[in-house]
Amino acid sequence: MKEAPRWKRASGWVDLRGRREGGLAFLLMRLTGIGLVIYLFIHLYVLRLLAQGPEAWDAFIAMAKSPLFLALDGLLILGILYHALNGVRVTLLGLGIGVPHQARLFWGVMALTLLVTAIAAYAIFTIAG
Amino acid sequence: MPTWQLRLLRGRPGGSPRLEIYRVELPAEAYLIDAVEKIWAEQDRSLLFRHACHHASCGACGVRVNGRERLMCITPLREFSPDRPIQVEPLRHFPWLGDLLVDVSPMMRRMAEVGFAIVRQDELTADRPLPEGIERITRFEDCIECGLCLSACPVMAADEAYLGPATLAAIERMLKEPRGGDTARLLTLADDPHGAWRCHSAMECTAVCPSNVDPASAIGRLRRRLIAERFRRWIGGGR
Repeated sequence: MKEAPRWKRASGWVDLRGRREGGLAFLLMRLTGIGLVIYLFIHLYVLRLLAQGPEAWDAFIAMAKSPLFLALDGLLILGILYHALNGVRVTLLGLGIGVPHQARLFWGVMALTLLVTAIAAYAIFTIAG
Repeated sequence: MPTWQLRLLRGRPGGSPRLEIYRVELPAEAYLIDAVEKIWAEQDRSLLFRHACHHASCGACGVRVNGRERLMCITPLREFSPDRPIQVEPLRHFPWLGDLLVDVSPMMRRMAEVGFAIVRQDELTADRPLPEGIERITRFEDCIECGLCLSACPVMAADEAYLGPATLAAIERMLKEPRGGDTARLLTLADDPHGAWRCHSAMECTAVCPSNVDPASAIGRLRRRLIAERFRRWIGGGR
């Protein structure tokens, strides 16, 4: 009898075969969580430009107005919204509230996330683009 | 009589697992366990799998069917098409012993630690009147310890020390009706980073449970109890 190696067991949470809405919600929650942690470090790294004077900061801002960066802003909003809204869903479910409606709650979270992201993306590209 | 194609995971620990196709003739009224037993009886006696009661009472025949945790004995072949292979694999998150067989003893040890026993006091049926003030009867002793919930839970993949949905549901059940049991010990067991707080509410346990135990809701109720106990301790009530 041999246990699977630790890395193989740990990677099991990304295996979506046979999973339903709850499993998908869990996977997206982890991925957005990891993404937001990475973003936090990038954000702090970028903020160090403030200490290098107005030229360095202005150059970055000019680059941040490029369509690619604006699209990344949209992606960031998508991740934040999903993580926050699903966080509310998970908090309720974790206390045993609304368990029979968990799939509908997930689709509600997805719909609200996409709707608000679309509005935000429109605003970003209209104002900054 | 239709010919069904089954794609079974074969192999032994230390070797290279592979998927092998088997064909069996069975009526559409048959169940997946019938097909696997026929393969064992007529084609390959070395096939490893567990089975016992054939009616979802023992929980022995849990596997993954096309990726989803199911009991073979209540999975009718008519759900599938004879044109496409039915993929059958062992449960996840248990030590693999070979083919479709896993070692469920880690789960059984945890259940034993809780002191969980299946006790049915009274089988109330629909033709008997409900007691006054009772709207519906909920049976709590439904867990058949099949391990499907542990296999479906993604947290089990990342934390081998996690008590798991079945054990936590059993703790919650025991707390409801301790029958002289040590509730403080059960609460301590559940109030642990690898206990009730490790659950991330993926809800897959409840989705796959063949006995409607609803471990996800049970874990929610258990957390509320733990929060209440902690609050009680903070204001000096003790456990």
